[in-house]
Parts: sequence; structure tokens; C-alpha cells
Amino acid sequence: MSFINLMQREINCKLVYYGPGLCGKTTNLQFVYEKTNPDAKGKMISLATETERTLFFDFLPLSLGEIRGFKTRFHLYTVPGQVFYDASRKLILKGVDGVVFVADSQIERAEANMESLENLRSNLGEQGYDLDKIPFVMQYNKRDLPNVATVEELRQMLNPTNVPEFEAKARVGEGVFETLKGVAKLVLTELRKGEMPGNRPGAPAAKPRV
Amino acid sequence: MNNQQMVMYEEEFNQIQVVVDRLVRDANAKVVFIVDKNGQLIAASGDIDNVDTTSLASLTAGNIAATGGIAKLLKENEFATQFHEGEKANIHIQLVGNRVILVVIFDSRSSLGLVRLRVKKATEELVTIFENLMKKVQEPGTAGGSPFSEITDEDIDNLFND
Repeated sequence: MSFINLMQREINCKLVYYGPGLCGKTTNLQFVYEKTNPDAKGKMISLATETERTLFFDFLPLSLGEIRGFKTRFHLYTVPGQVFYDASRKLILKGVDGVVFVADSQIERAEANMESLENLRSNLGEQGYDLDKIPFVMQYNKRDLPNVATVEELRQMLNPTNVPEFEAKARVGEGVFETLKGVAKLVLTELRKGEMPGNRPGAPAAKPRV
Repeated sequence: MNNQQMVMYEEEFNQIQVVVDRLVRDANAKVVFIVDKNGQLIAASGDIDNVDTTSLASLTAGNIAATGGIAKLLKENEFATQFHEGEKANIHIQLVGNRVILVVIFDSRSSLGLVRLRVKKATEELVTIFENLMKKVQEPGTAGGSPFSEITDEDIDNLFND
């Protein structure tokens, strides 16, 4: 959940990039890191294996500037995509404010995408969140590869509820900031609607569809 | 209620800051900071210009989350205390009221015994402060409207224009 510091007038939100192994979650964060002004970002941390697979998470703190006198900070996390790291994925979803699902557009990864999306839904459920009720966007990554499913096919498989969706080529950065902006907007919109916490503790969030 | 949003008010923020400032002195520590379990930094004191507190906060929370996961598998409630000893720096991590994490970084000018003793006292104080804060957050009306209720689409768009 977002952390609002009224004393320091800042708001911190947590975004999580989810998706199957090798879909490009870390690549998304790396591109954001490379292209962001040095004073707007902190260090990017990657807890990875020797073969550069994410072991626990990647972390990137970003400052987006001020909104009505409040500094807005986003903490970007990725989860490890490989199936057997499920225990770690659950931990990273704690306190999430918004989720990006990075889908691998290649036809042969269709099943992995669906499995990961189902895993996201159930892991969020364990933490008391409903994927249909939290800020959530879909990214179809690797559009530059030859063997990809069409966006219509992907939409049918992964996005039946029509959340905001973005095509991306994360390796060259295409679509990366659009996706980030999409989810950040939903999170901020949620805050605007938001009851100040405590007024209705544990109350379900309003549906953040646009 | 881990999904509950955290709000920090001036009164509690100042109380917490007093506790961490004092802990730095009493424990001869280099740095003391408090993080919530989601990795958000709440307060810090000591030689903070020379450490990356944002990264430390995120990694400490990850560490506590992983240890909590191990505890669960072993049917333990939590491992409330962790200590890591380095060649120059040591780090003592204490879970406070199962809600926030108190971190003390110290070197050879202090000792584990002293840090433990001072952390114990600070923990008791922090538990009370955070309990009061949570009560305050839960009281209807005290919080007032969201400071963000007035923001417009334009405000949000402007954030991304640079």
C-alpha cells in the first residue's frame, strides 16, 4: 500500500512487474533506469543469479516530481519469473499498489503467459487483493521478434477485462515508458478516489478501469 | 491488516525521530533507520549522507520478508531479530510490533550487547507510538479527506511531461 508522509509531504507507491521467465521484466526496469535523469532515480538493485536470472527481485526507486505539493515516488520491483521461485514472488507482492504484467508475445510462450497470469491472480488473492480491482496494465513485449502472436490473440488469452494494454520492444525501449505511465496514472487515480486510509480500513478499492 | 495504507502524521513522525536520534547516541551507532515491511523508509538518523537509505530500506524489507517466509515454513511466527557481522560494519535488524523494522548499523566503537540493550528499550517505545498511529489512522474522520482528492488528470499528465 502506498505510504503517505504528511510531515515530509511525500507519497510512495509500489509497482510490481510480473510475468513468465525471460519475458523482459528486468529489461523494462533497465531501460527506465538508463533513460531517467540521474537526480530522479536511485540505484537500481538486482538480486540475480550468476547467469543474470532474477533470483529475488530488481528494485528501482524513481521520483516523478510533485503533485499538489506532494513529492511522488514510485518504487519499481520485478519478481523472479521462473516457476520454482513462487515463494519469493508472493513476498514481493506484499503492499503492492499497481501491477504490470509483461507478456512474452512469442507464440511458444502462450502457455507460460497464461500460467504466470493465473499465478499472479492467486498470489494476489493470498495477500487479500483482487486483480480485477487493483491498478493493473498489460504489456505485450517482444513485438520485434518474428514468431509472435497477434495483439488480438494475446488480448483474447490474457486481457479479457480490457485493462490498458501496451505493445513493447523493451530491448530498444519502445513502449516501456508508455507502460509505466499507464500504471502510474491508474495508481494516482486510485489515490484521488481513495479514501484516506482508516476511514474504511480494508475496504475494497474502487474499480480502476479507464 | 498488512494491506492497510500507512500514513505518517507530524506528531508521530516527531516522536519516532526522537527515538531514532537517541538510539544513535545511546548505542554508539553509525546509522539507525526505520522501514515499513513494504520497504518504505519511515525515519533515519546518524551518518545518513554516506549510505543509500532507499536501497537499504528495500533490501532490509526483502530480507525480513524472506526470513518471515522461512519462519512460516518452520511453523515459527517470526524471527524477530537478525544480526550480521562484517569486518568493519555490523547490522542489527529488529522487527517492531510485526509492522516496522528497526535497523542499527554500527562498528567497533559499539558492541552487540550495547546495541541489543538499547534496541530493546527503543522497541518498546516504538511499539507504543505505532499502536497509537494505527489507532489514529483507523478513527473515522481524523484523517480528513485524501490530500489527493483534488488532483486532476492534468496534474497527473504533467508528472510525465519532463
